[in-house]
Amino acid sequence: MKKVSLGIAALFLNLFASFAQAPNDSSQYKNHKISFEEANLVSSYYHQEGVNAVVTGGRGSEKLTDISNVIDLKIFRYDKRFRKHTFDIEVGVDHYTSASSDMIDLKANSSASSGDTRIYPSLNWNVENSPKATVFGAGAAISREFDYLSYNGNVNFSLKTKDRSGEFSATIHAFFDQVSIIAPVELRTGSGRGDDYPSKGRKTVDFSYSYSQIINKRLQIMLLGDIVAQNGYLSLPFHRVYTSDGQVHQELLPSNRLKIPVGIRANYFLGDRFVFRAYYRFYTDSWGLGAQTASLEIPVKITPFISLSPFYRYYQQSAIKYFAAFEMHDATDAYYTSNYDLSKFTSNFYGMGIRLSPAKGLLGNPHLAMLEIRYGHYTKNINMVSNIVSLNLKFK
Amino acid sequence: MIRKKWKLGFWIMPILLIGASACSTVKEYQKSYLNDAEMVLANRKIEKTENSFQSYREGASGASGGKAGGGCGCN
Repeated sequence: MKKVSLGIAALFLNLFASFAQAPNDSSQYKNHKISFEEANLVSSYYHQEGVNAVVTGGRGSEKLTDISNVIDLKIFRYDKRFRKHTFDIEVGVDHYTSASSDMIDLKANSSASSGDTRIYPSLNWNVENSPKATVFGAGAAISREFDYLSYNGNVNFSLKTKDRSGEFSATIHAFFDQVSIIAPVELRTGSGRGDDYPSKGRKTVDFSYSYSQIINKRLQIMLLGDIVAQNGYLSLPFHRVYTSDGQVHQELLPSNRLKIPVGIRANYFLGDRFVFRAYYRFYTDSWGLGAQTASLEIPVKITPFISLSPFYRYYQQSAIKYFAAFEMHDATDAYYTSNYDLSKFTSNFYGMGIRLSPAKGLLGNPHLAMLEIRYGHYTKNINMVSNIVSLNLKFK
Repeated sequence: MIRKKWKLGFWIMPILLIGASACSTVKEYQKSYLNDAEMVLANRKIEKTENSFQSYREGASGASGGKAGGGCGCN
């Protein structure tokens, strides 16, 4: 994994250097050539502990570590009608190790199944027509890991109001996913060896919409939501469920799910130093899960170029209709899962971020425009705890 | 009962927010606060992994300007 991380960092720096050496003058605009806008590197380290692993039927270690690196490059050009075309190229690589994944095969502890790498490149294009105050765009992405393959695409459109204080946006996103059917070892039929597992499909269509409005010089809000329809194989094959008669089964969930989240953001600049970033979301779905999320972040500007951002997020959800704990399901139940991520719980997430963005760049490099580090501590009231540290470097 | 109050609050909150602060036209040169990097009405890039782990560890997702389902080996 270290080699992968170092390779990504080297690739990123080379790529950035090639853009940094290009002259950045107005002749590029006149010639409609491609210009560099910004690049971001986001790296995170995540670690969790818990006692309700779904792979072992709702009990057992949830210990998991994940390291992720995402490189995001944004370039643009103007066409002959002076419309701005922006291309956003992103590549992400996650690597995780998980104690519970290793228990898919109960006798194969510390096998290769204890970890996996996910790679997810994407490309998005947007064209902005300033006189008409519209943006149209499209994108495509792939996500690949050992037991999961996803192809997805999206189209989006946004339109500003006449006085440009409000903006409506809509996006349709479609996912076409394939899940490899890797059953718990004791439920496998046939030899169960080799990597040629059968697979099942799932489709997701997400209609996403938002409306943002400037209220005054210090306050702006956004109303946003999604309508998400999923169908296909929505269970995961390696999730065990132990019924009250002691038998073990594979998780079985309905083949359709409709999700309806709606939310509001409000950002307010108080005085010259404090920003209040508030968010609330209400969520309901056809599996009977209802949830509320509320968060507040208060960036404090120590100087114009340094800010500290304490944050707090509260979340609570009800259980889906098909959840029951270890050996609490009846063998005659139509659907069943012991996945505690779909059980009733509340969670708290809090931490602090620091952002440095000096006008002349960081570490003597005028292209290194911003460095941000953020730490968060997450707890669920069902004996799960995690910590995350993230780093964002922005080049301009 | 608590759930009803939450729902009521959800619908009332934006109405109050908008009603209490009459919208005023803000000219470009008056947008120094609104254009601050901290005032962006979206998740920031550094929150990407946080949003990802929350979508795995929690049943709800979406209404965040990001992914709301599909594309991951999660329920």
